[in-house]
Amino acid sequence: MLRAAHQTRPWRATRVLDRYGVSSITELATRFSPGDLLVLNDAATVPASLHGQVAGRSVELRLVPAIGAPFSSARKAVLFGAGDWRQDTDTREPPPALAIGDRIRIADVSIEVLQIDSRSPRLVTLRFPFEGDSFAAFLYREARVVQYQHLTSALALEDVQTPYGGPAWSVEMPSTGRPITFEVLDQIRARGAKVAWLTHAAGLSATGDPALDQMLPFPERYLVRKETVRAIRSARRVIAVGTTSARALEAAQDAIRTGPASTIEGVARNKIGPSTPLAIVDAILTGVHSPGESHYELLGAFVNEEELARMHRVAEESGLRAHEFGDLMLVARERPTRPTLARPRRRSP
Amino acid sequence: MNFDNNLRALVTGGTRGLGQALVQQLRERGVTTVSLARTADVDDPLFLAADVGRDDAAGIAARARELAGGPIDILIHNASTLGPVPMPALADLHSRDLAHVFEVNTLGPARLTRALLGPMRAQGRGLILAISSDAAVHGYAGWGAYGASKAALDSLTRSLAAELEGTGVAVASVDPTEMNTKMHRDALPDVDPGTLASPSDIASRILTRVQRTPLPLRFVAEAV
Ligand SMILES: NC(=O)c1ccc[n+]([C@@H]2O[C@H](COP(=O)([O-])OP(=O)(O)OC[C@H]3O[C@@H](n4cnc5c(N)ncnc54)[C@H](OP(=O)(O)O)[C@@H]3O)[C@@H](O)[C@H]2O)c1
Repeated sequence: MLRAAHQTRPWRATRVLDRYGVSSITELATRFSPGDLLVLNDAATVPASLHGQVAGRSVELRLVPAIGAPFSSARKAVLFGAGDWRQDTDTREPPPALAIGDRIRIADVSIEVLQIDSRSPRLVTLRFPFEGDSFAAFLYREARVVQYQHLTSALALEDVQTPYGGPAWSVEMPSTGRPITFEVLDQIRARGAKVAWLTHAAGLSATGDPALDQMLPFPERYLVRKETVRAIRSARRVIAVGTTSARALEAAQDAIRTGPASTIEGVARNKIGPSTPLAIVDAILTGVHSPGESHYELLGAFVNEEELARMHRVAEESGLRAHEFGDLMLVARERPTRPTLARPRRRSP
Repeated sequence: MNFDNNLRALVTGGTRGLGQALVQQLRERGVTTVSLARTADVDDPLFLAADVGRDDAAGIAARARELAGGPIDILIHNASTLGPVPMPALADLHSRDLAHVFEVNTLGPARLTRALLGPMRAQGRGLILAISSDAAVHGYAGWGAYGASKAALDSLTRSLAAELEGTGVAVASVDPTEMNTKMHRDALPDVDPGTLASPSDIASRILTRVQRTPLPLRFVAEAV
């Protein structure tokens, strides 16, 4: 079994597994060449865990990324019962059963339960008594970062930002990007490869409810800027940095391939698995995932089961670390298999 | 950096004195400018209520970006505190007050720079300007905490400039010289305000200077 990273590590400690073996993140750039384009998710992470009281009982809310404006007053959240992140989400006490109209108190603020999802009573829509910057100010004051049980100490907001993060859309860090510092990006550019950014609202990785976990990832908002659309169209190979970047690019495939060269906004509802034909993404840089995890399934879209199993064995033998703050895996398709890609290729001179 | 309609700025301490003048003149030049201070300015839709010495910088950065409708290109560290007034000699300064001066004048700006730098580097464009003081360079009785905090801010600016060479992100600090503001009245209530520069005049000199290249690491507003 792969071990998780137990604490945040300096980015230079990150190792990268690809089909040739394990190397340091400081050598990542040597894997790329002219024609390659790395697409990174620049969503910053908001503190999304709030502790409150309802009818005398404790409840934790973990916000689901907004589909619309990031700080609109109506917001979906997943409920957790009493306890904290040091307990496994699957063994924590269930949250109190809520009814529409119930009010959750957080500090001096009262939050109304607007809707309860028919698929799980833990997924609710809440109305916060503010909108826009006052909602943002409340969150940054009262909420904490969503924590990971595999870590030995609590994460601060600063720990869950990528070097280039900007729009505060994510509720958990798009963690592949964390060790991709500007030093690494400069090395990649010096190799003649290009880098570009999109924004994708990375959501919760666990809900504590098997029924809800089955539904992950939830629909998530994305935005692909026009410069990035152009860069994709003229690239020979597109490398998604992180599963969220891959999900956004594949969700936006029609607009990327055939639309006008303008900014694309949308909501990703896709789930990538072994049978998903990939239209845009040729390779993915992501964490080290294990069989049974949805992210491992996603890697099945890039390489066959035997190759994945082989890479996983190498990861285990090399002692790579799994999960957030762990090591990385670069998984590339054998040969791009797109037969009729409408995406214009680099014109020859 | 030439100012135009495509730029977005964050000015800390934007509700009074020099900061207010910088906000107003940046807006006149077409720059979408967020003004930050602790005390709310209800009339300004681009006002951000925060304390640079205390609030999480990632939160300030995210809120500023959201208010501005896009990435912040220009960051001006203008908010500042003198510490207790009348300004005590170092021998009488409580360590808590010394720490607070550094939180507001040095550490807060350093954290905010870090929180806003990534998108500037990703775009290959940006300007980070620290408002320093003559007290950063000279020793005056009673100005120990303030002067040291500004000297440290200058030092951070110099290192940052070296780290960002060639990235398209420009960094500098400026001594605005003596201006007729609340801070000046708090520090030196007996000085005749008629002998002091107006903050709007200094703001205009600063904004003119930062649009010219090469931008020196540190300059004095009057000498522009
Ligand atoms: N005036 C001078 O002669 C002179 C000389 C040399 C250098 N300077 C420098 O020039 C800059 C501007 O000074 P000024 O004279 O214009 O000062 P000022 O009139 O006192 O204005 C200070 C501004 O900063 C805000 N502020 C103070 N503490 C803050 C905090 N912790 N967090 C966020 N905002 C805060 C204030 O609003 P709130 O109180 O509502 O927060 C106000 O908007 C400062 O860096 C100062 O050190 C001034």
